[in-house]
Amino acid sequence: MTTAPAISLHGAVAALGGRPVLRGVDLTVQPGEVVALLGANGSGKSTTVRTVVGSVPLQRGTLELFGTPYARFRHWHRIGYVPQRTTAASGVPASVREVVSAGRLSRHGLLPLRRRDREAVDRALSAVDMLDRAGDGVADLSGGQQQRVLIARAMVGEPDLLIMDEPMAGVDLASQQVLAGTLQQEVARGAAVLLVLHELGPLEPLIDRAVVLSDGSVAHDGPPPPSGRGYPRQSAGLAGLPDDDPALLTGQGCHPQASDDHHRPRTTAPGLLP
Amino acid sequence: MTEMLTTDFMQRALLAAVLIGITAPAVGLYLVQRGQAIMGDGIGHVALTGVSLGFLLNTSPVWMATLVAAAGAVVMELIRERGRTRGDIALAMLFYGGMAGGALIIKLAPNGSMANLTTYLWGSILTVSASDIVTVVVLAVLVVAITVGLRRQLFAVCQDEEFARVTGLPVRLLNLLLAVTAAVTVTVAMRVVGLLLVSALMVVPVAAAQQVTRSFAATQALAVGIGVVVSLGGTTASYYQDLPPGPTIVVLAMVLFGLIGLLAVPLARRRHGSGAAARDLRLPAPRSGSDPAGAVPDDEQRLSPGTSLAQ
Repeated sequence: MTTAPAISLHGAVAALGGRPVLRGVDLTVQPGEVVALLGANGSGKSTTVRTVVGSVPLQRGTLELFGTPYARFRHWHRIGYVPQRTTAASGVPASVREVVSAGRLSRHGLLPLRRRDREAVDRALSAVDMLDRAGDGVADLSGGQQQRVLIARAMVGEPDLLIMDEPMAGVDLASQQVLAGTLQQEVARGAAVLLVLHELGPLEPLIDRAVVLSDGSVAHDGPPPPSGRGYPRQSAGLAGLPDDDPALLTGQGCHPQASDDHHRPRTTAPGLLP
Repeated sequence: MTEMLTTDFMQRALLAAVLIGITAPAVGLYLVQRGQAIMGDGIGHVALTGVSLGFLLNTSPVWMATLVAAAGAVVMELIRERGRTRGDIALAMLFYGGMAGGALIIKLAPNGSMANLTTYLWGSILTVSASDIVTVVVLAVLVVAITVGLRRQLFAVCQDEEFARVTGLPVRLLNLLLAVTAAVTVTVAMRVVGLLLVSALMVVPVAAAQQVTRSFAATQALAVGIGVVVSLGGTTASYYQDLPPGPTIVVLAMVLFGLIGLLAVPLARRRHGSGAAARDLRLPAPRSGSDPAGAVPDDEQRLSPGTSLAQ
């Protein structure tokens, strides 16, 4: 086993559609560490994560995964990824088992599924309490159940690092509890976890460190904000979070199901609007 | 029935029909999954230029069409990969260019005429030659090997490309392989259903099957079954009733689509009534790589307390 950080991102600069989103983000996740990535909408949380998994290219900066530069990294089975829940249901029906099996491709690649792959799929499904729904269509599940399927898909390769983008978004309470329990087991197994979160919520006891992004830069990197409080919700473009002052990060708490002010102002010039 | 099977051309025609009934839905499944149901149509347009080039250069129109269609499919895939900005215009240019190019080049060919092209546009299964059938068999075996043998891999790539990349799959290679496979399928099928209707045989059986299936593998199997039934049925009907085979096959597929749809209504009602149905089935559209909104979670995904407690 190496002791290199699971994720080592330095000076990350990235843009989406020509608009700069990350302006020099540093992020390190040590093996076995659970790190929460927090920040207001548009602060670059998801983009940071998508940079780490290679979906958004780095314009500047360096990325190493388990001590290997990204371009040479091949041990993808060490990473389990849970994207924002947007893709579980597709045009053509797919069963729960089929979706979870896709996560096992990091182990068997272009070869057919083997017996140990099938067993791993069963284990992952029972870990999220979905084994009895294995044959059901993903589109017939609730949002929380779909999220459980996506997390099983990420776990099925037995990764050393789990990367989750808003795993609790739109998830009912029962599923939230299942997810928190599953995550606890993964952490106990020794997996490192990087979580994009809106607020700490039921995962709070698991979190070792919080990184707060503001306007594409790291505003805070250290202990998670105190219990029961969120961080102030601000629109992107307004004043970011104050630097290095955890006390100021704990404004009014926010409920996960509180109504959201997600719609960022578009970059369209106002004069062009009717 | 037996009388039909004794003639050489009908044996060839039925063999070709079976192979097309298998391959077209097997590939079409992936295109439908990715929301590219219309891609087969585009490849068909481009293949027309290949057919004409085959006549012009005095080589096999089928092989030439395969080459040109494969090149066109690769270009379409590269355009798709680059994101959607102006991609549909580029695709439209490719479609129309392929069609116009085909019609112009055939005029330059020494023994070519619009009549030659018409058999490719609308299909003419009864003129499938012995050498054609060898080509069709070889290509069909290739298509089945890829679409069935790599089902898990292609499923992952078409269902969630971003996730597939993180599993370390050669996503780009698989995308290009799928594009070329689709092109090969179009040229396999063009002799029977014709370039103008080939896409229907890739899409309609899949659309029909997915009304009643819950898994991807079952959808593929049922779509192939439907494809074989309508291809054989359409070919047989065209023999006895002197109908054009391509349109007959496509209309049969549409009828099956409707029948299965009627069947699916009570089935779905039962499934929903059992409480398995979810309240928030609706998912936001998949993000493309360059979408600036990608950094923002969709607020429609936040449940109101009432719906989440009701789960």
